[in-house]
Amino acid sequence: MKTPPRAHPLWLAFILHRLSGLALALFLPLHFWTLSRAITAPDSLDSFFALTELPMVKLAEFGLVFLLAVHLFGGLRLLALEFLPWSNSQKTLAAAAVGVAVLVSGSFFLNAI
Amino acid sequence: MSKPEQTLDVTVWRGTAAGGELETHKVPAHDNQTVLDVVSWIQHHSDPTLTYRFACRVGMCGSCAMMVNGIPRWTCRTHVGKVVDEGKLTIEPLRNLPVIKDLAADMDAFFDKWVAAEGLHHPTQSRQDPIEPIDATTPARKQANAGIECINCAVCYAACDTVAGNPEYLGPAALQRAWTLLNDTRDGARATILDAVSGAGGCHNCHSMGSCTQYCPNELDPMSAIAGVKRETVRHALLRRKDA
Repeated sequence: MKTPPRAHPLWLAFILHRLSGLALALFLPLHFWTLSRAITAPDSLDSFFALTELPMVKLAEFGLVFLLAVHLFGGLRLLALEFLPWSNSQKTLAAAAVGVAVLVSGSFFLNAI
Repeated sequence: MSKPEQTLDVTVWRGTAAGGELETHKVPAHDNQTVLDVVSWIQHHSDPTLTYRFACRVGMCGSCAMMVNGIPRWTCRTHVGKVVDEGKLTIEPLRNLPVIKDLAADMDAFFDKWVAAEGLHHPTQSRQDPIEPIDATTPARKQANAGIECINCAVCYAACDTVAGNPEYLGPAALQRAWTLLNDTRDGARATILDAVSGAGGCHNCHSMGSCTQYCPNELDPMSAIAGVKRETVRHALLRRKDA
């Protein structure tokens, strides 16, 4: 039997949150293992850092930041959705306010550094 | 006026719990007909052994929900013109429920979960007491009033991917019923309801995918009701006195 179409915003938000969460769960052990090399094998860590200058790795870092951002804001969305007994229009306004604030403060931050 | 020779290709699922297959019928197309009209036409004119379920035909009884082109719908109030796909309709029994025969799903699990979620009235007064005045303007009563429009059609239950993945999950309709009772000042079993909806198959299984709210034919919002139940169970757990 065909399953009902899922292309509605809430379901897409769910799948984005789930997939980004899984990807981050796969990334974290690797991340900690790499950091542990600072103590166990500093030389190999330095040669690994040389790798991070490669364009492909830069691109992967962008993907990582994207995953983190999506999962962070997706989590905040869920908390707001489930724990704030606000009306839908109030939530839309609050989300828009947070979005604008992130945009403004983000561009200020980029200017500052 | 549609021309008399115009027809629809209507594919219906035939079978029992043991298995089945799709079967296609040619059904006359009209300007105004519902999906239930189409199913009835097949039974009246093409195959009298086709089994399906309906009662009121006006969207009140919740008997006639089926999968129409993959989407759970109340067939009596679904205009064919709105759902037909290039002259084709595929009609199947509701998803997430066992089938009895053809288009009639076995609703037992759905109603058993309604009871398991304590979706019953727990009276605080007897018939000897005077009728309790209810203030219709309080926020809690407004929440309860929204939920009582549910007609138990199980469209939300069929739409829910969490139900599909976890057969123990109580599902949107039963949890929305629990939320209605939690907001009803006449109900006297708050702690019992909260215990019933916070267990293994309870409200915390919900991933807020929103398909229940998306497909509810009465435009109710079970997802937000479940969010309310989640809030109440958390509040109850935090405030509960440590008696033991």
